[in-house]
Amino acid sequence: MNGSIALPKEQLRVKHKAPNHQPTQQLQSWILRVLVYAAAIFTFSVLLFLIGYILIRGIPYLTPDLFSLEYTSENCSMLPSIITTVEMTLLCLVIAIPISVFTAIYLVEYAKKGNKLVGLMRLTAETLSGIPSIVYGLFGMLFFVTQLGWKLSLLSGSLTLSIMILPLIMRSTEEALLAVPDTYREASFGLGAGRLRTVFRIVLPSAMPGILAGIILAVGRIVGETAALIYTAGTATELPSSLLSSGRTLAVHMYCLSSEGLHTDQAYATAVVLLLIVLAMNTISALIARKLTKK
Amino acid sequence: MKRQKIMERGMSWLFALCACMSIVAVALICVFLFANGIPAIKEIGVLDFLFGTKWAPKNVPASYGILPMIIGSLCVTLGAVVIGVPIGVLTAVYLSRFCPSKLHSVLEPLVRLMAGIPSIIYGFFGLVVLVPLARNIPGCTGVSMFAAALLLGIMILPTVINLSESSINAVPSSYYEGAVALGATHERSVFFAVLPAAKSGILAAVVLGIGRAIGETMAVIMVAGNQAVLPSSIFRGIRTMTANIVIEMGYATGLHREALIATGVVLFIFILIINLAFAVIKKRGEST
Repeated sequence: MNGSIALPKEQLRVKHKAPNHQPTQQLQSWILRVLVYAAAIFTFSVLLFLIGYILIRGIPYLTPDLFSLEYTSENCSMLPSIITTVEMTLLCLVIAIPISVFTAIYLVEYAKKGNKLVGLMRLTAETLSGIPSIVYGLFGMLFFVTQLGWKLSLLSGSLTLSIMILPLIMRSTEEALLAVPDTYREASFGLGAGRLRTVFRIVLPSAMPGILAGIILAVGRIVGETAALIYTAGTATELPSSLLSSGRTLAVHMYCLSSEGLHTDQAYATAVVLLLIVLAMNTISALIARKLTKK
Repeated sequence: MKRQKIMERGMSWLFALCACMSIVAVALICVFLFANGIPAIKEIGVLDFLFGTKWAPKNVPASYGILPMIIGSLCVTLGAVVIGVPIGVLTAVYLSRFCPSKLHSVLEPLVRLMAGIPSIIYGFFGLVVLVPLARNIPGCTGVSMFAAALLLGIMILPTVINLSESSINAVPSSYYEGAVALGATHERSVFFAVLPAAKSGILAAVVLGIGRAIGETMAVIMVAGNQAVLPSSIFRGIRTMTANIVIEMGYATGLHREALIATGVVLFIFILIINLAFAVIKKRGEST
């Protein structure tokens, strides 16, 4: 930033009119502008069309039949899979939150800079966030289902998903912790508190909203996941009776419905419910994040 | 006092232990994938496996060539990049330099929402909207490489937009001001002064988009047609490596099952290479 004055963002967006341009340059500018606007319009209209289309086509099919407690091949009830999804989400969070939050605490508050092990931790976390869900699914099948003998079960599925969302919660926690001003820590140390007490009493509470926003995004990811679950948690239609029994989440349920091709109406309705859950998660997360930046 | 000290020490070890979990996870994933996949590749023969054009696990003798799937994955990904990258980068330019800031605060959460929509919903949308649309093209079977590439192009948009926008925002404002001061229009300043300076960040965005596209599973299965043959045109059906795993894993046994895991290994290696490229580009961008 050699001597440049940072303009407020507002000013960067204002079009500057420069006089006496060559006609070819003006044409070029015009074409560029049209391209930019066209791309933006395309992007957001596709998104709105997708949401609108699924809501409009799907809402009429939301019948009370779809929410009966028992699944039969006639009613294609999604209630069992909704309950399974909730169970799966809670399990994943119970496993993943402590590990990923503690990891972030270690990286931000404890680790010394330039430590080789810390570099490796960051590298592997980044690798984890780039691995596609089907590879997690394969791994879960090989390790939890076959090697550990847990069969297709809630436990196998939730452990697989927990690994998948580790980097997600970890990164948002790390960012939230880094945003806590050092003066907080110094004041706490100055009053004679130890590192542990400082972390739990001072740093974590003030980083809470950021951590929460990350966790809610992770919930959205869990709810929408399919590929990692088909061969780890299975596709059983009943409510799972224990941790070691199979069950399908809502997204898997939707995959089964739409790939069978017999129940398109019910697939639409399931898509609506799934989409609404994800929309809600995103909105809550955005609201929390907005509150955070306003402070 | 002593108890407190033990607590401090104990918890710091616990934190460090948790931090090692990601290393453990990556190590386990590598070990289990490779241990289960490599023997099959050896049994089939590396060349026959990677470059065999016939995938027929039910034949006697069975043949396990995954070249059609590798080509399928690469073609679909290429198509997604051709469609998604220009639109994504231009949208990022819009968000960063053209969009009024009030509108920006509405559009930014929308991009995040787009990233959050589950792939199964994208797939369903592709199945009920894009596939019938593609069927109108003469010679197109509907479920096809074209539909898959189009859908994936849409799906990688949020990834490309997010990273490109932040790298465009990171360009010092002196670049833009300098160009405007020399008499360039707003558009020309953005495209010929700011955008080249954000090059490495945009490249990183493209690489990340490629990673997303090649690993995408559920959406592709629903619109690609899934024929395990070498594609003859972009309007025909195609099967990707990811689709191959999900479709056949349910009933595969023996060598067939191991061959599917080996397909996963090949996919995993592709992903590792892409991740490495991403890390290198990012590091180079930071050092300049």
